[in-house]
Amino acid sequence: MSQPFPFSAIVGQEEMKRAMIIAAIDPSVGGVLILGDRGTGKSTAVRSLAALLPKIRVVAGSRYNASPDAPAIAGDEVAAKAKTIMVTVPVVDLPLGATEDRVVGALDLERALARGEKAFEPGLLARANRGFLYIDEVNLLEDHLVDLLIDVAASGENVVEREGLSIRHPSRFVLIGSGNPEEGELRPQLLDRFGLSVEVRTPSLLEERIEVVRRRDQFENDSAAFTAKWKSAQDKTRRHIVRARERLQTVQVTDAALRRSASLCMKLGTDGLRGELTLIRAARALAAYAGADSVGDEHLQPLAASVLRHRLRRDPLDDSGSTARVQRAVDEIFAAV
Amino acid sequence: MQTNTYLSDAAQSSKATLLVAAGDRQELRDGAQNSKSWIAVWQLALTAAALLAVDPTRLCGVVIRSRIGPARDAWLREFLQMLPAGAVVKRIPSNIADGRLLGGLDLASTLATGRPVAERGVLAECDGGVAIFPMAERMSSYMAAKLASVIDSGMVVVERDGFQLRHETAFATVLLDEGIEDDESASVALADRLAFQVDLSDFPARMLREEKDGGNAGELAKAFAVSLDDVIAARAGIREVKVSDEVIEALTATAYALGVGGMRAPNLAINAARAIAALNGRAVVSSDDVQLAGRLILAPRATRLPQSPPPEDGAPREPQPEQEQAQQQVQTPAENQAPPEPDEDATNVDQPLEDLVLAATAAAIPEKLLLKLMMQGSASRRVGKSSGSSGQMRNGSRRGRAAGSVRGDIRSGARINILATLRAAAPWQRLRAQSAAGGLARVGRLHIRKEDFRVNRYQQRAETTTLFVVDASGSSALNRLAEAKGAVELLLADCYIRRDRVGVIAFRGRAAEVLLPATRSLVRAKRSLAGLPGGGGTPLADGIDAAREMAEALSRRGDTVVVVMLTDGKANVARNGVGGNRPLAEADALSAAKSLRQINGLRILFVDTSPTANPRAEMLADAMGATYLPLPHVGARTLMNAVQVAGSMSRAAAK
Repeated sequence: MSQPFPFSAIVGQEEMKRAMIIAAIDPSVGGVLILGDRGTGKSTAVRSLAALLPKIRVVAGSRYNASPDAPAIAGDEVAAKAKTIMVTVPVVDLPLGATEDRVVGALDLERALARGEKAFEPGLLARANRGFLYIDEVNLLEDHLVDLLIDVAASGENVVEREGLSIRHPSRFVLIGSGNPEEGELRPQLLDRFGLSVEVRTPSLLEERIEVVRRRDQFENDSAAFTAKWKSAQDKTRRHIVRARERLQTVQVTDAALRRSASLCMKLGTDGLRGELTLIRAARALAAYAGADSVGDEHLQPLAASVLRHRLRRDPLDDSGSTARVQRAVDEIFAAV
Repeated sequence: MQTNTYLSDAAQSSKATLLVAAGDRQELRDGAQNSKSWIAVWQLALTAAALLAVDPTRLCGVVIRSRIGPARDAWLREFLQMLPAGAVVKRIPSNIADGRLLGGLDLASTLATGRPVAERGVLAECDGGVAIFPMAERMSSYMAAKLASVIDSGMVVVERDGFQLRHETAFATVLLDEGIEDDESASVALADRLAFQVDLSDFPARMLREEKDGGNAGELAKAFAVSLDDVIAARAGIREVKVSDEVIEALTATAYALGVGGMRAPNLAINAARAIAALNGRAVVSSDDVQLAGRLILAPRATRLPQSPPPEDGAPREPQPEQEQAQQQVQTPAENQAPPEPDEDATNVDQPLEDLVLAATAAAIPEKLLLKLMMQGSASRRVGKSSGSSGQMRNGSRRGRAAGSVRGDIRSGARINILATLRAAAPWQRLRAQSAAGGLARVGRLHIRKEDFRVNRYQQRAETTTLFVVDASGSSALNRLAEAKGAVELLLADCYIRRDRVGVIAFRGRAAEVLLPATRSLVRAKRSLAGLPGGGGTPLADGIDAAREMAEALSRRGDTVVVVMLTDGKANVARNGVGGNRPLAEADALSAAKSLRQINGLRILFVDTSPTANPRAEMLADAMGATYLPLPHVGARTLMNAVQVAGSMSRAAAK
């Protein structure tokens, strides 16, 4: 299959790119939801991630992308951990129309029939371990699959109890969903699972649009040359991400930053503490990416909308969109220095 | 070479006819369209076919809007004749099962061989050919999304029935959109990916008849002459066609000026220009090619007319759908023919190519679309046609339309899906036969176990509830009340056939009152309506709030809700129940209206009952995203018809 469009060559869409980089730096932020107009490069951006991110080290032959440092997974028949290999970060597509057995895994029929062995055939959740699970048109996904994903995303573990099998294996992944809100709404339970939610629109400037079209055309005509042209920009972003991951734990979160995010969430009346927690985590990742030593307003402010807009309760007396409401609260809180 | 002249000829003659079309719209509306302009329509339609035959993978496909008929058949025949021999052509029904569409378990072979056998889906089989989807307007958004993802990635990805399959596939998609009403059309998400939109719905059959039968078939055949050989030559040459930056800029700017949403259209137009150049045997895309590409790809996608430039100078656009932007531009047809004014700083429109393309494209905006763009101002609508589609369906295990199957327990009363159960059991037969009864398995016996059971899932069409909000205040409403009562009674009678429900809220004096909770009971409705008194102030805000609460509760239950407001919009009692403060009452009403707009999937009909249309009422209707109907003398029967139209529109939207 042809190569993906390079991440660094995507014109504009800064909020979306920032959210993805943050999720790549700190997966505990909890997934990215991308909502927006048709044809704005939502899937293009996700599919470009694998080529952008640094490779990961896995035990050779592991079907769960097992890390050499992690405890062995029962049923992962890799004899010795001696051999490890570097692989690209898995970005696994969950296609619409996937059946449950392929998502969670099921009995390996071939082996059961040929040799009478009861063996587990891992599914998409195993392949996505330590990587990304991407659902395009997430709002059209069938309910029973959505329930299942919510469960696994929360626990980081896939538990399979079917066809006489009883298996559990790690399945930690960054959930990325994209969709067009016009096609249907997302259930609140799933909405809440996403750490960041970004809105993408068709660029409003003609110049920007021309650049989008031009790059797309170049890419379609000679993808190899186009990819080569963008290699150094890709490498630079990758180095930044690696450095940010290393620095992440050293970035200070000051009391002032905590207070800021708490008062912002209180002002907006978000339910629970997930919003504050995510805001701090995301801001820390952004600070690490920017090379700062501590989390400051300049890291909280640009992320507030992404972290909070999908956590607001609908206010029947306020007709402005949730993005505008978050912006208003941000202006108020951050102006009061 | 024949083709060298053909396309420019087509461009010439169709440009001329389009000028005729633009110049004399009155004539068009009278249906007196001459055969010459139909020939131009036909030329454009077949040009689209030829280009699709030249570059099916990058142009992706076409939406043919037409009912079953000779025009559509003729187009398809011409298109298929332009395809190289051996190209696969498959018709795919819109209710095809996932397994067959994408691939999955081959039931027959699996049973025969006793081991799981995969089959390729229809989409994989279409590789290099054409996939035709009849009745595309009935295609579910779920299926459209699957198809779109195959088109985008050029690959069928299957994760089903224990298989993990990847099949590369590239095909031209032909959606046969047989919709009649405006709100009944092929998936927007899918159409966005396909280069061409051809409307043959009004194409007269006489054009296709032989001359001796009073038709124009001969003339029609002469108008277009691209042969299979031309297509094959163009396929070979298209890789060499060069596109200049100027072309990219011109097409993008034209798309922008016409409010074409999304970023796919300009690239499709560029690819179309390439194919046109290749068909004309050129190695560089010419100005004519670009103009033709603009007319073919961008004109049918226009959402506004080019005279009124969008907000420019880099100011971020308001986050609103394109539709609403278009609605601000109401203009008369006569203004359209003026070449568009360049807007200096936002675009570098000094370049002639851009002007040429924009002018050619704008002139080619189809007549029907043009009228729609102009009409959009009168009925403000906030929701796209596909909004809220998933929220308005309820899944269940007993009633409704079958929608796939899931593993389940048959004891819970759900209906078993025999075929799905067989599919689940099929791969296991040999194994089970061996283990059953220590090898005493009898041949020909099916081994089905509990975990094989699949039960049907059903989707239930949401119930429709019509909520009347009646202004029973003293002023103008007294005579309206009788009509509203009449309309509700008529609707109720209708409900016995359609199983819809009706609720009534009245407001007068200080507050609103729920006269009738949503009901199907004719007797109760009649009784409560008979007792409805009139007179007093107009607590409009309270009435709207009450409607919002009830509508919210109903749509949470999964109902499709249509709200019908009957008022003159002259609020004089504020939310706090105090009368006399008109500005406060009006402000309250406006804020209530805005909050009503927040409920998803709601359709609102605002009937202005003032003796003459009241701008304040229109403003309120706009604020709540309602369809505004100034009907000073409407009778009960007319009102009922209007409500039924609104209801059927929202049902279509919920489809």
